[in-house]
Amino acid sequence: MSDATTTPVGETRFVTARLRERPDDSWTIEGALASGAYNAFRQALTMDAESIGKEQVAASGLRGRGGAGFPTATKWSFLPPDLAPRYLVANGDEGEPSTFKDRMLVERDPHQLVEGIAIAAYSIGCHQAFVYLRGEFALGYERLMQAIKDAHARGFLGQNIQGSGFDLEIAVHRGAGAYICGEETALLESLEGERGMPRIRPPFPAIAGLYAKPTVINNVETLSTLPHIVTMGGAKYAELGVNKSTGTRIFSLSGHVKRPGNYEVELGITFRDLIFSPELGGGTPSGRPVKFFIPGGASSQWLTGSDEHLDAPLDMDFVQQTFGVMLGSGAVMVYDDTVNPVLVAWRLAKFFAHESCGKCTPCREGAGWIEKVLYRISHGQGRPGDLDLLFSVGNSISPGVLNAPFTQTTICPLGPSAVSGVASLHKYFRDEVVEMCRRGPRTIPVSAEVTR
Amino acid sequence: MTFNPTNLARALEIVAQYPRPKSAILPLAHLAQDQDGWLTPEAMREIAELVDVTPAEVLGTCSFYTMFKRTPCGTYVVSVCTNVTCLVLGGPEILEHLEDRYADDPDVHVEEVECLAACGNAPSMQVNYEFHEHLNPDLAAAIVDDYKSGELTARGVSGGRQ
Repeated sequence: MSDATTTPVGETRFVTARLRERPDDSWTIEGALASGAYNAFRQALTMDAESIGKEQVAASGLRGRGGAGFPTATKWSFLPPDLAPRYLVANGDEGEPSTFKDRMLVERDPHQLVEGIAIAAYSIGCHQAFVYLRGEFALGYERLMQAIKDAHARGFLGQNIQGSGFDLEIAVHRGAGAYICGEETALLESLEGERGMPRIRPPFPAIAGLYAKPTVINNVETLSTLPHIVTMGGAKYAELGVNKSTGTRIFSLSGHVKRPGNYEVELGITFRDLIFSPELGGGTPSGRPVKFFIPGGASSQWLTGSDEHLDAPLDMDFVQQTFGVMLGSGAVMVYDDTVNPVLVAWRLAKFFAHESCGKCTPCREGAGWIEKVLYRISHGQGRPGDLDLLFSVGNSISPGVLNAPFTQTTICPLGPSAVSGVASLHKYFRDEVVEMCRRGPRTIPVSAEVTR
Repeated sequence: MTFNPTNLARALEIVAQYPRPKSAILPLAHLAQDQDGWLTPEAMREIAELVDVTPAEVLGTCSFYTMFKRTPCGTYVVSVCTNVTCLVLGGPEILEHLEDRYADDPDVHVEEVECLAACGNAPSMQVNYEFHEHLNPDLAAAIVDDYKSGELTARGVSGGRQ
């Protein structure tokens, strides 16, 4: 079991540099300009538009920071040439449990996001961008609106920007409390004024997205990284990180750590570094061992406090191929050995059951079943066959869930995400769950069985 | 008419910023909810006219989203997170305390919500979408009381500033 890291690992700040250096005014136009905002956009405007995506972003190896980790330049390259209008949408509907990086970026460095949007829009030839911002982020909305207004006043948005002949408008669209709208096609539905239900692909958004026009959807952190790629050059950026996980990422560290918070670190450090380094997580507050942690937001399967897992590098492909987990949205939730994993699995199942949009039957019905069964196990009412029952439901949503890559019977990944907790219990805490079920509801009359 | 003259002007601006008017349903519903304290049937009918769809379509969209309150919900919407980080750091205890304390208070609507993206400072809650973090049950109650006494200024129930 882990004690401390061998060498203290700290942050590598690019995307979070301004908001750390100027805690009092990083979100104002004055503060942002004083620390170099829009210089990268000015530089981009002197470059050949297409080369930014095809050369700089491609060379940087930048992959989406929202969860799927798809290469950004490749996503842009799917846009059919010469079709206009085309749209750019910034996905700021951050709702993945325990992820809180986009909220920080919008509230505390909105100009960096505006600049990133402007660079992306210039590169793909888009003149109307949208930011889909989670409805609950009221302060973020105010600051982003102010930032757009100020950027307009200084000539960084609007018509003929900086004399380049390039036009761009940005509209901010507030969501209204639906996690599913973080899924890109559900987001487009919501942006069109519909219920946020995912669309069947193909067609992919790059071909027929918003209003059936070619559309690129990028996460807030992905877009906020672009100014740095333009400034330092794609090849230089790719020197950071490890393998195909280049650059830095912001990890939202929470739960049983001494220093919870957002940390921008170079990819390739280990989970042990992130959780235990005195400059990062600092270990558990109680000094107790880590029992398990969720490495990439609630949708990911879990890892345990074993040396094998803690010493795994933050490398998107490595953890996927080795353990079947994902770095996802970059949220790492840490639990010490006082926590009952079934309770955590139940709360996650409750979340997914609540947030299932209801379009696909396996997810709509299955997530609710999983929640009910995990509730009764975690509240002392488990029955001997419950783990098998959970598994059979999980397999209907996500066949082969234990042997990644699994398949899914639903349109979007929310269904399989609801099974992640069950699969993790099965892999690592089977004995504990079986024991809880075996103790069962012996003293409770049948009529009082909790089924909810 | 539901929207007051200032908000009607703002509503028309919002509709104009989208290539298709129906996109404005969500922002207009937020605007109406901030003005009226909840999303009234009259407001949904007016939104339908502004974006040129039927009132049923507006209801169909709005009923999908938990932030839209289609019944009166009091002056203060208190959203307490109990998701997996807050779960182990005391969120459920705060929810229980506030639910008991304001059970008969028509001004305060206490609700359990999913992750608020404030896990670094858990447990957390929002009062009319203003964040409050590092809470315990007594501190949370004191904050709600401060809003009630006017010590703290609240946003609208949809998170906007009036």
